[in-house]
Amino acid sequence: MSDSAKTRRTDAEPAPTRRWRGDRASAAWLIAPAMIVLAIVIGYPIVSAIIQSFSQDRIFNEQTGFFEEGGFAGLQNYWGWLMQDCGNGINSCPRGTAGSQFWQSIGVTFFLTGVTVVIEVLLGFWIAIIMGRNLWGRGLLRAAVLVPWAIPTAVTAKLWAFIFAPQGIVNSITGLDTQWTTGTWELLTAVIIADVWKTTPFVALLILAGLQMIPKDVYDAAKMDGATRWQQFTKVTLPLVKPALLVAILFRLLDALRMYDLPAIMQGNTSGPATTMSMLVTATIREGQFANASALSTIVFLIIFACAFLMVKGLGVNAVDQAQPNRRKVGAGKSKKGTSADTSSTKAVVMPREDAGGK
Amino acid sequence: MKRRTSAIALGAIAALVLSGCSGGDADGGTEEGLDGRGPISFAMGTNDAGKLQPIIEAWNEENPDEQVSLVELPQEADGQRDTLVQSLQAESSDYDVMALDVTWTAEFAANGWLQPLEGDLELDTSGLLPATVDSATYVDTLYAAPQNTNAQLLFYRTDIVDEAPTTWDDLLGYRDAADAEDLDLLIMQLQNYEGLTVQTTQAINSWGGAVVDADGQTPVVDSPEATAGIQALADAYENGDIAQRTNGFTEEQTNLAFLAGEAVFAYNWPYMYDTATSEPTSEVGDDFDVAAIVGPDGPGASTLGGYNNGINVHSENKGTAFDFIQFILSEENQRGFAQESFPPVLASIYEDEALIDEFPYLPALQEALENAQPRPVTPYYAGVSRAIADNAYSAIVEGRPVDEAVADMSSAITSATGN
Repeated sequence: MSDSAKTRRTDAEPAPTRRWRGDRASAAWLIAPAMIVLAIVIGYPIVSAIIQSFSQDRIFNEQTGFFEEGGFAGLQNYWGWLMQDCGNGINSCPRGTAGSQFWQSIGVTFFLTGVTVVIEVLLGFWIAIIMGRNLWGRGLLRAAVLVPWAIPTAVTAKLWAFIFAPQGIVNSITGLDTQWTTGTWELLTAVIIADVWKTTPFVALLILAGLQMIPKDVYDAAKMDGATRWQQFTKVTLPLVKPALLVAILFRLLDALRMYDLPAIMQGNTSGPATTMSMLVTATIREGQFANASALSTIVFLIIFACAFLMVKGLGVNAVDQAQPNRRKVGAGKSKKGTSADTSSTKAVVMPREDAGGK
Repeated sequence: MKRRTSAIALGAIAALVLSGCSGGDADGGTEEGLDGRGPISFAMGTNDAGKLQPIIEAWNEENPDEQVSLVELPQEADGQRDTLVQSLQAESSDYDVMALDVTWTAEFAANGWLQPLEGDLELDTSGLLPATVDSATYVDTLYAAPQNTNAQLLFYRTDIVDEAPTTWDDLLGYRDAADAEDLDLLIMQLQNYEGLTVQTTQAINSWGGAVVDADGQTPVVDSPEATAGIQALADAYENGDIAQRTNGFTEEQTNLAFLAGEAVFAYNWPYMYDTATSEPTSEVGDDFDVAAIVGPDGPGASTLGGYNNGINVHSENKGTAFDFIQFILSEENQRGFAQESFPPVLASIYEDEALIDEFPYLPALQEALENAQPRPVTPYYAGVSRAIADNAYSAIVEGRPVDEAVADMSSAITSATGN
């Protein structure tokens, strides 16, 4: 695909304008089906959810006993969630309403996100370094590490729910009577362990890809300059792997912020200590408050979008700046040996940046 | 040229899909298809669908031109409800007859999704248990036909308990006997889900309180009686009379623990009678019996469960659908339910001596059903149930003062019903 595009461009260079215009028209035709599908499956639901979030939920007519369509609600649904207004002014949501769980669910989501991403990145880094070494049975190790990531999350959650059940494996082995599925900290710990088990391989793989882009001669040079192992790690490995690392963190951050399946299955889909933002959305839908749920899901969308934006704008720009001088350095070092490995490596370092933008 | 036509076709398909997604008007449908006859579908959760299988087979043999096909819904109640609500909101006629949990009937009726059973489709309810008819009635109109009912029973171990306790204090009096055998005294469903709403409303009703007032709207859970009921559960949980591990129990965990012989008493639905006698893993075998659940001065008020059969308002074959839900109510089919611990709604079944000999739990069940109370019949049931369960959990399991919990429960019910 990229090869043919390249050749076409070079062919077109002598007579640019006409050929180029024709290409652009046919490109538009080629892209159109994909754009239409995207508009239907992504554009329409998002727009319709946002429109719905400004409308009123069905109103119950006490005379007839039937529900009637609600009208325009303006920002009322958003106000209700953010200001904890359940009809009687600010902070009027008693315990036992979905509204009262709003801030708690945000806290739980960010707590789970923070803890799991930190643990997963540290562990993932460590596993990636091991996987990157020339060990005997490296292929087997890489395949084995990937197994948790390959298992569907729902299955993972069910397995860990069995393990943490009151009479499950953990309690049997430790001889403790810990209430993993109902206690606040116990349940959060269980969810964190399950999530780390499941997603660390993914982070490790992304970091491994970054590590393998680092040419060996950089280390050789560092060694000749007398750098210790620790200096090699902090001065060579870390800066060079940073772009891949940031992409891994971004992916995990977005993924963890919309965490649903693990806590929903391990806790049960009810209100409890591990209720995340996404779970609260479905709980609100279940109570028939579709407009209210749309407002909440829009709020969740904005929160996640803001986090992604901060990552990409704050750290992402940095990652690009870092990558470019490296690329030059790497290219200079490699040019003696040959160019094929060189281009593929720079492409791989740059590629994740494009992915991040697309997300 | 060809490309343009294909693009237009794509656009047209997109427009069709989009317009198909948007909702239409909510009224209408109640006058259509009343005498329509033909094949229909019957939707029910896969957990209980097996009990309807023989009835459907019998019907299909008698009515080859009006076949009923069983559509199995997810096992969990929430999943069943989600599936039905999605289909009904799209005004689909995929499911002609739906087995509705009693608590959904009001909500489905208020949304105009159910065919009212009046006029040509008037159902004779004289032989049915009155409480079950109430559970299918919304704003003085019958919207569904009761199919089977349910009431929780007190299961007790006859090798430890000589005679079934009749009051709450009687029951708690077996604590020493339970401790001597290293058993749990009482197990029930205290996980924060619908099961906890059932236990809480049972306690409230047994202690003489009520969840909502006679108008079906105003919460009265902060009355002294209702508070006392929740307080009794909270005290029993705190000092271990109700096993503390039951904060993670659903019906199924209760079933497993009782069958494993780990408890003296258990509150559960009658299906446990069937599993305890027939499951090969059951260690209680014949050493157990059932009685009505207990209150402070006598039998308690069980919470009513069961299914009602509603006809989809958009069904094209309502004539067949109506005949089929009447067929389920025939004496023969109701008797079949009794044989599978699926409590029938036909009152006469409970008087049948031959059946009582065969199924000794029937009199206890009848007593439980006579005292049973429905959960609030409200179109906002999901929100009301959350208000009850969340606050009951905080009071019983997390040790929050009961006064505070019932105050919040009361205002959360008010908030949920939009008043």
